[in-house]
Amino acid sequence: MSTRSIVPFGPQHPVLPEPIHLDLVLEDEKVVEAVPSIGFVHRGLEKLVEKRDFNDYVYIAERICGICSFMHGMGYCEAAEHIMNVEVPERAKYLRTIWCEMSRIHSHLLWLGLLADAFGFESLFMQSWRLREKILDMFEYSTGGRVIFSVNKIGGQRRDMPDDMIRDFLSIFDGMEQELKTMAATFLEDYAVNTRLRGVGFLTEQQAHDLGAVGPFMRASGIALDTRKKGYAAYPNIEFEPITSTVGDCYARTDVRIHEIFQSIDIIRQAAAKIPQGEVAVPVKGFPNGEYMMRVEQPRGEAVYYLKANGTRFLDRVRVRTPTFANLPGMLETLKGCQLADVPILILTIDPCISCTER
Amino acid sequence: MKDGQILSIGPGDLVPNALQIKHDGYRLVQICATRTKTGYDLIYSFAKEYTLVHFRLDIPENMEIMSISNIFEPAFLYENEIVDLFGVKINLISIDYKGQLYRIQKKTPFK
Repeated sequence: MSTRSIVPFGPQHPVLPEPIHLDLVLEDEKVVEAVPSIGFVHRGLEKLVEKRDFNDYVYIAERICGICSFMHGMGYCEAAEHIMNVEVPERAKYLRTIWCEMSRIHSHLLWLGLLADAFGFESLFMQSWRLREKILDMFEYSTGGRVIFSVNKIGGQRRDMPDDMIRDFLSIFDGMEQELKTMAATFLEDYAVNTRLRGVGFLTEQQAHDLGAVGPFMRASGIALDTRKKGYAAYPNIEFEPITSTVGDCYARTDVRIHEIFQSIDIIRQAAAKIPQGEVAVPVKGFPNGEYMMRVEQPRGEAVYYLKANGTRFLDRVRVRTPTFANLPGMLETLKGCQLADVPILILTIDPCISCTER
Repeated sequence: MKDGQILSIGPGDLVPNALQIKHDGYRLVQICATRTKTGYDLIYSFAKEYTLVHFRLDIPENMEIMSISNIFEPAFLYENEIVDLFGVKINLISIDYKGQLYRIQKKTPFK
């Protein structure tokens, strides 16, 4: 007869750079249930909007997370622009698209490194982060920042990217692509990596739908949804299709993210070919009045920004539904039936961002 | 319902409407609470492919509402969050943290 026990996992754990706690109910070494606890570092950033000018809040939105900071700032700005009927210049839309996709590449490479580190493949971890460093260098070159860029504002962008800089970036991506192919082959074909990822942590298409999963976690279970197809920034002018897998295990999630890196490079090339000349911002006058719900496809999945304004410089409400928050129920489902030793890998494959969750 | 449409409903209509929209193939995207002068404004968002629709529920401060976590499983996280941050009274949440989801010093800081 199996023995039932409860093992606490986290909030401090070697594979978790941020605090989340799970009570794992085990039968021998098999997980039968997992109960999450979050809120160890909740910051209440949404509440700050009541005391900060709506223009200044862009800087706070960017600080929700250090990995997708650009997209948080952009999501907030696009929601405010919808409420205020501000038409952003075309060049600014393309700049947003390019910085968004660079953020996605940087986030996925960071995740790949953490995954390699979790199963003890240290040289693969270092290769992933070495490539990620090139993206951070490009961020620094184009925005002046490596983590927080502060280039978003309501009405457009604070900085332009000169054409020769864009050309330089494209040549860097040409070189990176070959290195990425070599690294991707190791992730997708190496025997040891396959052993840890294949057949572990299944999430079916129906479960992904019912549990509200988003992003690569959802697409790896066969749901071809990507909020970029809804059309924001310059995405309506970019040709791409959501990358999916029908397998739904940890390997599928890795596969989807790796192919999304190559897709992001392609999107950057398309945006660079189509970016028009012109202004990057328009002046914005008055105060917002109304409400809007903006959806943005972040590296981890769909984020939802709800803004409610009252015609003054202070908003009534900003609410950010982050992708990790949406993926927690799906993650708990995948944990059921897995071995205790697979729990760290499973948690990592939703690419959890507790900083976003604890906004 | 059309994309972006917000349907105002009464507290007694929440569960029947949630059941109907589940039957129509929608999934839960988020639940958002906003403090108003007299109580709370709750927005329940559901998506089917790229279509996003909402139910709006305006409730007075001390009104108790029913959970939809037995219809939409992920709702338990959003409802616990609203209980912790706003102090909204929600009955029969499938996994009820009893105000302990967020480990914060001040109770219901968004109230």
